[in-house]
Amino acid sequence: MTNWAARATGQATTASLAGAALQPRKRAGTQTLAAYALLGPGIVLMFVLLIGPLMSVFALSFTDYQLGERTIAFIGMRNFQALVGDPVFWKALGNTALYVCIVVPGSVALGLGAALLIESGTALRSLYRVLLFLPVMATLIAMAIVWEFMLHPIFGLVNAMLKSLGFAPQNWLQDGSLALPALAIIGVWQQFGFNMVLFLAGVVSIPKYLYEAAAVDGVPNAWERFRLVTWPMLGPVTLFVIVISAIRSFQVFDTVHALTKGGPNKATEVLLYSMYAEGFEFFRTGYAAAIAVIFVILVLALTLLKTSIIERRIHY
Amino acid sequence: MRPRDAQYQLLMREAVRHALLLFIAAFAIVPLLWMISTSLKPPSEILSAQIRWWPDQFHALENYRDAFTTLPLARYLMNGAIVTAVIFSLQVLIALPAAYALAKMRFWGRSAVFGVVLFCILIPYHAIAIPLFLLLHVVGLLNSYAALVIPFTISVFGIFLMRQFFMTVPDDLVDAARMDGISEMGIVWRVMLPSAIPAVTAFGIFSVVAHWNDYFWPLVALSDDSYFTPPLGVVAFRNDDAGNNYGPLMAAATVIVAPLVIAFLLAQRRFIEGIAFTGMK
Repeated sequence: MTNWAARATGQATTASLAGAALQPRKRAGTQTLAAYALLGPGIVLMFVLLIGPLMSVFALSFTDYQLGERTIAFIGMRNFQALVGDPVFWKALGNTALYVCIVVPGSVALGLGAALLIESGTALRSLYRVLLFLPVMATLIAMAIVWEFMLHPIFGLVNAMLKSLGFAPQNWLQDGSLALPALAIIGVWQQFGFNMVLFLAGVVSIPKYLYEAAAVDGVPNAWERFRLVTWPMLGPVTLFVIVISAIRSFQVFDTVHALTKGGPNKATEVLLYSMYAEGFEFFRTGYAAAIAVIFVILVLALTLLKTSIIERRIHY
Repeated sequence: MRPRDAQYQLLMREAVRHALLLFIAAFAIVPLLWMISTSLKPPSEILSAQIRWWPDQFHALENYRDAFTTLPLARYLMNGAIVTAVIFSLQVLIALPAAYALAKMRFWGRSAVFGVVLFCILIPYHAIAIPLFLLLHVVGLLNSYAALVIPFTISVFGIFLMRQFFMTVPDDLVDAARMDGISEMGIVWRVMLPSAIPAVTAFGIFSVVAHWNDYFWPLVALSDDSYFTPPLGVVAFRNDDAGNNYGPLMAAATVIVAPLVIAFLLAQRRFIEGIAFTGMK
């Protein structure tokens, strides 16, 4: 489905080029007023609700503003200097990176595996697709509370299952070494169905004649077919899914806020949670804005990477 | 290879496929099943160490009644429905004319405006929460439906998506409408909208799912629980019931998860396509 927009862009450029050549120049002038009447509300809201706030966040990050205070002063780079010297910030950055490094491979591999398994047969395809997609639809914060209950050290389902298999029960969310991986598992659970759907679209679009050609050339087994045909054809989709998963998991917040509050002992402190806590719990607005600026820059870097992949897919 | 062997191999492959998929499916749906199962159990069975998927003693009525009476869950659901519906309506109202202008009209500054739209898509909404909070504070709108709705009235992603779709609508259709003397605004709603129903539906699914499930912004914008949306409601429920009252808590979670899951089950293909289509975001 994502190809569709790309195709539309391609068509659009040719269409508008042809249109420009055919239409008299005068047309542009008469349409300008009408066009801006239609665009007006959108443009105003874009500046008030998106661009203005973005500029304000950068501006605030150079001030000592605290929520509710009457004074505000320009303090240059001091918030950023404080961030660099703050071990909690580095902990948050490291934890966010670790979370991304678990959720991205986990949800991409599981999504890809599920898509390939579903497409490799004919029976019960749509049933599996629906079941695996359910976590994507379920309200994450409600499911986070369900997971908290399942991970309960004494009467949680997870420990009960572990015990019946002969493993030791764990105190998942209170153990500093397990809390972040536990949240990451919730992240994988929530995201892999989404990745599966994107992979399914990719698998379906692989031309059948490639497999027939492989069969004619005597490609021996399923693994070789995967290695020689499916995987290379899925390359661009995979890259795209990896970056999307990275952007999404980079913004982890709900499970942290609801289940661990960054604890125990900062073991699950992540970037967005730090920003929220500084800005809306400790009211250190300027400092929170500095974290937001770092956050924007990192998300922007990932998004630009994604955009360049989309562009590349157009020419693919 | 003899035909019998080939058949046997095929059978084996199918068996392995189903075994693996059932395993993954279990991972996906066990939390949902456990949530529902717990919402049907009395406290004694919930706190037992044994794994039981179906209650011996049926306690659903009490749990669901408690879910709706301990906290105003019905009100939270209503809030969620109002907020998601108003957000989506305003997004369409603002994005469709803008998308039409960008796709089908020629005017001075068009590529600049489109450039601004593309730039705005890159802005992560979490990052601008602080200034938006200050803005709403200054105009005195925090703690209201308006606070929940205003930041999302503009969907640059919606503008982009609809523009891409409108590009594929033939120019002849638009020109014919202009010949008939229909105003540009009339063309948006009477010509473009009917042709764009699949794209609007996809965008609607994307928008409703995102805002029904949103936790971050309501958390920032609200302190008064009379405007709580379902995500805030279920967390308030958890914090309020400091004890281990899991039956009603899981009942509340079930009620909050149910609307989208049921809608999804009723229109799976549409949902999956809609989500995949908007997956670029």
